[in-house]
Amino acid sequence: MQGGILLPRLDRAGLAFGAVALGLAILIPVLNLGIPADSPFHMPPHVVALMGKYLCYALLALSVDLVWGYCGILSLGHGAFFALGGYAMGMYLMRQIGPRGMYGHPTLPDFMVFLNWQELPWYWLGFDHFWFAVLMVLLVPGLLAGLLGWLAFRSRVTGVYLSIITQAMTFALLLAFFRNDMGFGGNNGLTDFKDILGASIQADGTRSALFAASAIALALGFILCRWIVRSKLGRVLVAIRDAESRTRFLGYRVEQYKLLVFVTSACMAGVAGALYVPQVGIINPGEFSPANSIEAVIWVAVGGRGTLIGSVIGAVLVNFGKTLLTNALPEIWLFALGGLFIAVTLFLPRGIVGLWTDYWAKRREKQAASITPHPVTEGP
Amino acid sequence: MSRPDPQHTQLYLDGVSVSFDGFRALNNLSLIIMPGEMRAIIGPNGAGKTTMMDVITGKTRPDRGTILFDGDTDLTQMDEAGIATLGIGRKFQKPTVFESHTVWDNIDLALAGKRGPFASLFHRAGADDDRILAILETIRLSARRHVLAGSLSHGQKQWLEIGMLLAQEPKLLLVDEPVAGMTDAETAETARLLREIAQTRSVVVVEHDMTFVRDLDVKVTVLHEGSVLSDGSLDHVSADPRVIEVYLGR
Repeated sequence: MQGGILLPRLDRAGLAFGAVALGLAILIPVLNLGIPADSPFHMPPHVVALMGKYLCYALLALSVDLVWGYCGILSLGHGAFFALGGYAMGMYLMRQIGPRGMYGHPTLPDFMVFLNWQELPWYWLGFDHFWFAVLMVLLVPGLLAGLLGWLAFRSRVTGVYLSIITQAMTFALLLAFFRNDMGFGGNNGLTDFKDILGASIQADGTRSALFAASAIALALGFILCRWIVRSKLGRVLVAIRDAESRTRFLGYRVEQYKLLVFVTSACMAGVAGALYVPQVGIINPGEFSPANSIEAVIWVAVGGRGTLIGSVIGAVLVNFGKTLLTNALPEIWLFALGGLFIAVTLFLPRGIVGLWTDYWAKRREKQAASITPHPVTEGP
Repeated sequence: MSRPDPQHTQLYLDGVSVSFDGFRALNNLSLIIMPGEMRAIIGPNGAGKTTMMDVITGKTRPDRGTILFDGDTDLTQMDEAGIATLGIGRKFQKPTVFESHTVWDNIDLALAGKRGPFASLFHRAGADDDRILAILETIRLSARRHVLAGSLSHGQKQWLEIGMLLAQEPKLLLVDEPVAGMTDAETAETARLLREIAQTRSVVVVEHDMTFVRDLDVKVTVLHEGSVLSDGSLDHVSADPRVIEVYLGR
């Protein structure tokens, strides 16, 4: 207890999750790089990238669970923070192409040359530095969430109205990023990346490193969320979720709490997007699609809202299902997703994790019941 | 009627009016609560009792009028959280506790202390255990402290909410219909609890239950159509012909 004010007090769940994530961060690269390609234990590079993608989605789901599960803010716009983080990373990767583009221009990305632009717009300056891009990955989603949250929470916009505003935000960004004159590559987005931090983005080693970075980012995100929800702040968040005006009349400035957690969550979503882009090799305005944000909420609902671990499980499982189904029967995926959401809402309101905890609670009850009658039969 | 100087009052309302879409919920309401005083407020439905609580606690802004706390703090310019930290606690009509927290955590969240998000993030548990235990003792919930508040009975939730208000250490407690839906035994126990609380602070109780008001044995104010109709002892106001007309006349 002593001296642990600034350092997050690691709890068992946080440690266990960190250990598993670290294990994966070592195991997967070893399976890919250390084992010869003809061995049955070799992991092909595209599978490494696919799993890295799942982990990025899991981090996005975690950020949604923090605001929705613990503070009752149903954001239908978290895909926007994810995409903004992705664009910030994409801009860095574009600048790394340098003169190797199709048109061979020393500084301008291909799409700007194509649009007859003469020089780099001011908002592209600085993105040739990795540290600057990382800063923007956190800052841009954080500032947008801060502005939106400040306006909405101060005016006490809650519930479905807030959901609609967040959904409108991501849709507005979708339309804006589609425009060529925005300077973000229009509907083609940013792609044809070559290097990241000097390493070829296509190399197996880079893919493994990106996977490991995603696993570590997810673990840090999980530990951060555990720290928040287990602190008194976390209990105030749940109090706001369950009885907002009671919390206000106890003297808590609800809007400050909501703002802090909303901005933290948006930054996490931005990091997820930044790790996602180099692994899939492209970022385009489609990432702002309202459906993406809704999908992230479904992952959390499937896994179990307000449990943190459930959001990770839900994101990985649903996306694994999506990979399988879109390969086999691409046209029915959206119906399957919709059906899944309805089924979970009706039959598994507390998600997979809720099912699990209920099962164990019942088992324990049964055990307790089978032990207690014992002395009675032996008594007389 | 001679009015005390606002300087020595706990709560001072003068000429307060509130309208909603043309409906006058409060009409030139004036009311004074002295430090350490307990006051019962009665009145028919729509008399403005809950609106009065709303304007005092910052939920509703009055159109006109003065509301002073401690004689000099203007409440009409503050928000709910500011007024709460100033020392005004409010109990809702429907028991409102944090159902997915334990009884213990409910009290812990209500304890007077820093209210900012960063103070909460770095808050260390354990320092206030004695205060929490003392409050749990007062509200008779010590044995149930690790139970989720959602699984308490209706009466226990009411007490827990009163306990949360005590933990806030308010100078003024506003209590809206504390015994609605309680059994007779619970009602008597609640009257005892409120009298105990009133020894150290001002309490305003809004209530319909006349037996309960008689149990409290304090000065009564009758509200009607948003202003004070009559005040005095319960016997005095029940004998007032205007009060009889309002309650029985229609």
